Amino acid sequence: MAIDYTKKVMRVFRNPKHFGEIKNADGVGVVGNPACGDIMKVFIKVGKNKKGEEIIKDIKIKTFGCVAAIATSDTMADMIKGKTLKEAMKLTNKDVAKKLGGLPPIKMHCSNLSEEGFRAAIKDYEKKKK
Amino acid sequence: MKVYLDNGATTKVSDEVVRAILPYYKKHYGNASSLHDFGAKAKEALEKSRKIIAQEINADPEEIVFTSGGSESDNLAIKGIAYGNKKKGNHIITTKIEHPAILGPCKELFLEGFKVTYLDVDKNGFIKLNQLKKEISDKTILVSVIHGNNEIGTVQDIEKIAKICKKKGVYFHTDAVQSFTKEKIDVKKMNIDLLSASSHKIHGPKGIGFLYIRKGVNIKKMLYGGRHENDKRAGTENIPGIVGFAKAVQLDKKLKQIKKLRDYLIKRIEKEISDVKLNGDRNKRLVNNVNISFKYVEGEALLMHLNDRGIAVSTGSACSSQSLEPSHVLVAIGLKHEDAHGSIRFTLSRYTTKQEIDYTVRELKKVVKLLRDMSPWKKGINYEAKEGDHHGY
Ligand SMILES: Cc1ncc(COP(=O)(O)O)c(C=O)c1O
Ligand code: FES
Repeated sequence: MAIDYTKKVMRVFRNPKHFGEIKNADGVGVVGNPACGDIMKVFIKVGKNKKGEEIIKDIKIKTFGCVAAIATSDTMADMIKGKTLKEAMKLTNKDVAKKLGGLPPIKMHCSNLSEEGFRAAIKDYEKKKK
Repeated sequence: MKVYLDNGATTKVSDEVVRAILPYYKKHYGNASSLHDFGAKAKEALEKSRKIIAQEINADPEEIVFTSGGSESDNLAIKGIAYGNKKKGNHIITTKIEHPAILGPCKELFLEGFKVTYLDVDKNGFIKLNQLKKEISDKTILVSVIHGNNEIGTVQDIEKIAKICKKKGVYFHTDAVQSFTKEKIDVKKMNIDLLSASSHKIHGPKGIGFLYIRKGVNIKKMLYGGRHENDKRAGTENIPGIVGFAKAVQLDKKLKQIKKLRDYLIKRIEKEISDVKLNGDRNKRLVNNVNISFKYVEGEALLMHLNDRGIAVSTGSACSSQSLEPSHVLVAIGLKHEDAHGSIRFTLSRYTTKQEIDYTVRELKKVVKLLRDMSPWKKGINYEAKEGDHHGY
């Protein structure tokens, strides 16, 4: 075991803030699969800001995966909460990795999961809205 | 509390061993090949140690070739036999659950044109003797089967395997790096031609091991230079290492105590944590090995949380491997990837205490619950594998 995680990664891994479920979520996304690695489930509640734009009012996640998967999904949730859907859709896994002070190259793929998870949840919300 | 349960990776060097080694750094630092008294002192220690180690497996002292460790012993056995017996054939038989120190040289030989057969194992990790018999041909020169598996602890019936090889006139090698001094080995009675062992797994120093080579076995030298080690391996002998290795062999092994704690750990985990699975055979397993899959959690995350609590273990999870593949041993015994994912190996030693095991179980329960609460994956939920969903980036 010689995976070099940054202090930030370890801090978030030890103390994640956004794990849980939202009962009547407006959008739910599930990505990944256990056979090749990890699964992530994202629950979002959508609200409106003062300008009337749709925002992520609340967000909860569940992750089955390694240290990097847990840290990146929690960080992504942190970055996304309160943002407009438009802004949220612009965030990428690279932004998350940067926020965490970088990830070991072999662990970059874990952060894809969080990006895909949130997009899936937002897409699910938009599909339901129609 | 600090709890070291990764003795399969390496062990603490015992105080007795350190004490035995020191004079050979400070006072008797001679070269065993030198003709003066300094050399004689080193030579004397070398041969005394060789005798102690040979006795442990009922070999003759000349049959013990000291090496830099298990990896070199395995490489010497595989390549030395392959190159030394080209006239007879080009086929090697081994298993799907070997250590990389066997798989590595086998792959190299394959690239050079040798044929390699990898025997399957059943769900407990045992090879099938019938398959072995069937695969041996007149081109087969070597069968190499790991004795005690380093991951799942399964101990093969090497006596039966060796008997088959002897009958067919094929050399038999076993990687006994994990089983040496833990399982009874008698190379004469068991018809073993070659056997690898390593000192740092038994509370000796790192960087020293041996390959037992039965008298008369045709093997090509791999490391050229002086005529050390019965002209089978060149290099000034690592006397402090060898003295320490011999001392480690003489330690009270406390096998009964370790085994009792092993079974206690298994029993408590199985009783107190749901959805767990013991990997490897329940009875024929290394006295210090516990390998358990915890469903719905990932091994690296579990390992790190345990590490935060002072507990050192290892995992066969895909997430912690460089290839992102689960352990080849766990795959070979038929574990689903998701079960390999949550596999944790606890390996005990003569220094492990009941207090340490109690503490480990207590913390383990908390950590497994914590991660299961965070996991979207639960009993009764099946996530369909969707192509292109995640990995493959
Ligand atoms: C079964 C087995 N074979 C070979 C080795 C390699 O031994 P060493 O570390 O002494 O090179 C190990 C140890 O990692 C092992 O467990
Ligand atoms: S979740 Fe498998 S490597 Fe990160």
